[in-house]
Amino acid sequence: MKTLRIEDLSKNFGTTEVLKKINLEIDEGNFLVLLGPSGCGKSTLLNIIAGLETINEGNVYIDDYNVSKVEPKDRNIAMVFQSYALYPSMNVKENMIFGLKQAKASKEKIKEQLKKVSSFLKVDELLNRKPSQLSGGQRQRVAIGRALVREPRIFLFDEPLSNLDAKLRVEMRREIKKLHQTLKTTVVYVTHDQTEAMSLGTKIAIMNQGVIQQNDTPEIIYNKPSSTFVADFIGSPSMNLIKGKIIKKSDQFSFVVEDSNSTQIPINNYNFDNKIELDSKEVYFGIRPEHIYYKKSNENDFEIKLKAELSEYIGNEQIITFNYSDQEILAKFPSTVKIEINKEMNLYFDLSQISLFDKNSKKRI
Amino acid sequence: MQTNITASSYKELEQKSKVTNMLLRWFLYFVLILFASYFIFPLYVMVVTSLKTMEEIRQGTLLTWPSALNFESWAVAWGGRGYGAGDTFLKPYFWNSIKMVIPAVFFSTFIGAITGYVLTKWRFKGDQWIFLFLLFGCFIPFQAILLPMARTLGVLGISNSILGLVVVHTVYGIPFTTLFFRNYYVSIPTELVKAARIDGAGFFKIFFKILLPISAPIIVVTVIWQFTQIWNDFLFGSTFSFGEAAPIQVALNNMVLSSTSVKEYNVDMASAIIAGIPTLIVYVLAGKYFIRGLTSGAVKG
Repeated sequence: MKTLRIEDLSKNFGTTEVLKKINLEIDEGNFLVLLGPSGCGKSTLLNIIAGLETINEGNVYIDDYNVSKVEPKDRNIAMVFQSYALYPSMNVKENMIFGLKQAKASKEKIKEQLKKVSSFLKVDELLNRKPSQLSGGQRQRVAIGRALVREPRIFLFDEPLSNLDAKLRVEMRREIKKLHQTLKTTVVYVTHDQTEAMSLGTKIAIMNQGVIQQNDTPEIIYNKPSSTFVADFIGSPSMNLIKGKIIKKSDQFSFVVEDSNSTQIPINNYNFDNKIELDSKEVYFGIRPEHIYYKKSNENDFEIKLKAELSEYIGNEQIITFNYSDQEILAKFPSTVKIEINKEMNLYFDLSQISLFDKNSKKRI
Repeated sequence: MQTNITASSYKELEQKSKVTNMLLRWFLYFVLILFASYFIFPLYVMVVTSLKTMEEIRQGTLLTWPSALNFESWAVAWGGRGYGAGDTFLKPYFWNSIKMVIPAVFFSTFIGAITGYVLTKWRFKGDQWIFLFLLFGCFIPFQAILLPMARTLGVLGISNSILGLVVVHTVYGIPFTTLFFRNYYVSIPTELVKAARIDGAGFFKIFFKILLPISAPIIVVTVIWQFTQIWNDFLFGSTFSFGEAAPIQVALNNMVLSSTSVKEYNVDMASAIIAGIPTLIVYVLAGKYFIRGLTSGAVKG
């Protein structure tokens, strides 16, 4: 039994297709992050799970029960919003118990739940305050409290940290993670922030233009992106995608930028998803900036001489731009390393960490 | 151009700018006082005249101060002289207007609030068209609808009644009240409504429990606006009512224009002030919210 299952879901606003045949499953206790650029449909998908938007095609199942036409209040879900959406005219206590009151829970039950949740979230001192008298972090906590009180099967979070300042965001992120570890409730969490997605999710579904590009664990998404979109979206700075093709010379496959006369990067040890006709296939050679080293660290590293063109200092690290046959390549080094601009230097590509993508389909090969 | 500012020339310049500033300031006060008196002058004449006897009015000028505070003309304006035929006075018409303005303001504000709530928080296909048509209602000259409205009231059997006027004012208030509430609710995050729906609240519960409690500023604006419009209305009142069902503005007109004997300026002035007092009270009581509410909707909407 899947806690949440979405089947061939399509949604359009007028003639604009927002979601195209989405299929998604979540096991009990998982933390699924929907990640994507703005306008990719992730918030619409969340609203559909909540029942706040109607569906054009397909179905939503919660615990194998088709809830596609069930009212939001009857779906056994709770939602935390970006703007917190606390009811301005009610104090914290009234905000938190509003849902239970609507559901006509008994007085004892309401009291008990309120006490449990408010002490758990450390908001018991704030119960008589109005939302306008709370700080951003406190508001966020109350909003989570309002969701917790209902003891839902699934928590839905819609960019809950976007309105907080950078420091508080990191703090609240940790609190949400702890919350999930303690309660082990299933979570669907929408964000456009990859750090949030990576640190919180047990599964990440990357969306673009209404389609799920890849749905997997953070590690696999980071190390084996399924398409150039995912490779480009995850990581900061994003993965270098070098245009070129594969050539075959005496049973050895290698990657070249132009023709067989230019530098050949051996890719024999690359773990191909499916061995298709590789010879002279046009591809992108993907390597993350952190997998380009300034000194050799293991014997399989590929040595190459490139010219440094630009240096960006960001505190603990520096990002250096190199020129590789007129394509820009970024590398990330510790800021203690001295790099001379406009000079050639030896670089070492970690070939165990590369990804190859078909140039036409943009898919991983 | 190169100028060397020495200490003495600097002082001279400073002196000069001081004088200019002072002159400008005096000029500013002069203009302000001029305009202020321009606006206060009619009110002064009205109050002063209403306190004079007819004898004094004939002998003195417009501006002369009354010899004694004489409230007799006020009493006459409000309650009449006590003899039968042809004695028009404001009291019954004042209550007519009260009976008209309170339900009309209440219903137009309430309906406007609900409509504004639906148009912003329960969007549906074609809602912007409905809003557009409602906006037309703000710009239609009311003279254009007098005949069809008279016919409608006749069919409904409520012509020449307070109820008829309440209906007319409610209907023609809705475009404005809807505009006010829509612009206010647009600035309130829709997530509030979503949260309440997940919490299990329905259409009216969300409206009464969540949105209405935070609508005070815009309610004040709407009430002031509607009260002023309806209380001061003459066109609808004179068209759709006559005789005993007339609101105060119509009665005031009848009193001032159709008196057969000598013109009693003091009574006329007192009547005009009485007819204006309720709007004044509403402004004084709720005025500070007016600007606040008006801008809060306008800026964000």
